[in-house]
Amino acid sequence: MKQSRFSRIFVLIGFAVLYLVAFPLYFRNSNYHLGVVITASILSCISLGVWLTFNIGRINIGQGAFAAIGGYTTAILTMKLGVSFWLCLPLSGIMAAFIGLLIGIPILRLKGVYFAMITLCLTEAVTLVFLNTEKLTQGASGIMNIPRPGALAFGGITIIPAYQAGHYLYFYYLAAFLLLLVLIGLWRLNVSRIGWIFRALRQSDTLALSLGIDVVKYRLIAYGICCFIGGMGGSLFTVSMQNIFPTSFRVTDSMYFMFYCFLGGLDYLLGPVVGAFLLTGSFEALRVVQKYQEGIYACLMIALMLWLPNGILSLKFRERVSQNQMKPEGKEKG
Amino acid sequence: MALLEVRDLTKHFGGLAAVEGLDFDVHEGEILALIGPNGAGKSTVFNLITSYLKPTRGSITFLGKNMTRLSMHEVAREGIVRTFQETNLFKEMTSMQNVILAHHLRCLASDWGHFFNSRRARKDEAEFRDSASAILDYLGLSPYRDELVRNLPHGHQRALEVALGMATHPKLLLLDEPFTGMNPEETDSAIEMVKGIRNRGVTIILVEHDMRAVMGISDRIVVISFGKKIAEGEPKEIQHNDAVIEAYLGKEEEEEV
Repeated sequence: MKQSRFSRIFVLIGFAVLYLVAFPLYFRNSNYHLGVVITASILSCISLGVWLTFNIGRINIGQGAFAAIGGYTTAILTMKLGVSFWLCLPLSGIMAAFIGLLIGIPILRLKGVYFAMITLCLTEAVTLVFLNTEKLTQGASGIMNIPRPGALAFGGITIIPAYQAGHYLYFYYLAAFLLLLVLIGLWRLNVSRIGWIFRALRQSDTLALSLGIDVVKYRLIAYGICCFIGGMGGSLFTVSMQNIFPTSFRVTDSMYFMFYCFLGGLDYLLGPVVGAFLLTGSFEALRVVQKYQEGIYACLMIALMLWLPNGILSLKFRERVSQNQMKPEGKEKG
Repeated sequence: MALLEVRDLTKHFGGLAAVEGLDFDVHEGEILALIGPNGAGKSTVFNLITSYLKPTRGSITFLGKNMTRLSMHEVAREGIVRTFQETNLFKEMTSMQNVILAHHLRCLASDWGHFFNSRRARKDEAEFRDSASAILDYLGLSPYRDELVRNLPHGHQRALEVALGMATHPKLLLLDEPFTGMNPEETDSAIEMVKGIRNRGVTIILVEHDMRAVMGISDRIVVISFGKKIAEGEPKEIQHNDAVIEAYLGKEEEEEV
């Protein structure tokens, strides 16, 4: 038992070194390779929010909406008001969480496929809102030439230097830092009592209520955090791309965020990260098939449901899987 | 003053009156059984007392405080906790984890405290762990403490539900058909268990169909039929009450049909 825990920590450290030191060092001059990993890091971040809503037993296909809200918040604040990116990043998260909570209050009462359907519409609705508020968002032509991050300084001391043209490593570490921060935060949440309450809500909310747990509050906490993470991810994505369009985050993107969670495994915090890196990486490697991406994703998803309902990570932790195999429908039950 | 006062309690579902003008009191430290034929509205009464449903009319007063406006978790906070007719547990967790979670109302640390693992949160968790062990011991479930709940036999699952109820330190515990699906021996030990909980100062209301168990366990019985109270009294009185016999067996003319 203890030994497996140690070996798991070693594997984690190994991946962390690869991710934080080896890869960026080796590819420091290849903007293409760095770009792929930056994208994968940001996408993992955004899907970690979705993972949290799975944790409370809700299928969330609306995360793209909150990534878009975060992205537009950053774009508008930096372009129209000249706010520093370093302030925009948390503000985008807060904005997304605020809107998420407003929407969450009514819709989190829904379960299963009903919640999934509403969230599916959310992405489309948000796209339409940005498309039709032209004064603020410039409609379909989008917001372009968003400035790169400036320096972050406190009282004359520069904490983070400004971005210099062509330095992808800068964004690489920015994305890596955000991802690690989100991972650590969610890990704390997951092992604390709050994480246990989330899992309890997934299994029986009537029982949780009868034990005096404020189910509505904890659902909103989970959804708020989900949207907050989505908003920050969207913000970073927008700044790294330097532009945003109403179609930057479409319904299919929302689906992918959910799919990454499925692929990695809903039982594991690292599930969405594994899913996002694996798919982003493999599709960059197989550029020829990229135009069939959606079809391939769909087939993969069906295959997963049939043969590997607990995700790829369940292959690694087989003991746990064999214990959980009798699970009736996996986690997707409402 | 009674612990719980139910006055003129009424619940209509559309045109159907599930409960109609129900009055009864629950006194501190007693075991009150709520019985009646199928569909009499017993479970609805439970759902109303715990605020799972809102009454159409009437009041529920607990320790002098009106409960009808509160939501379900607030009612639990006041000290009214229930078990369910259908086994309702966190099935993908172990028995121990279930009982530890059920201590939620006794948390002193805030959510932030739990997130940052503050000293108070650690103290909470250590306390809950000890208390959960003690409860599982008391109910004879300690051999299964690390077993996933869905792997437990039915009888143990029912006992575990009671364990969750006890973990909240309720003042009033509502047991919905606690003896269903148990064989006579299991029922006897479950009766002793319920009596033991009462002796610890918890007042109990139970809904049950097993008449042998009801007669053996309850101090008083309230009989309802079609949502109305038709009798109330000690087990002996109820056994010989004409209205009760009629409600369960029907009138003679009807029997011939």
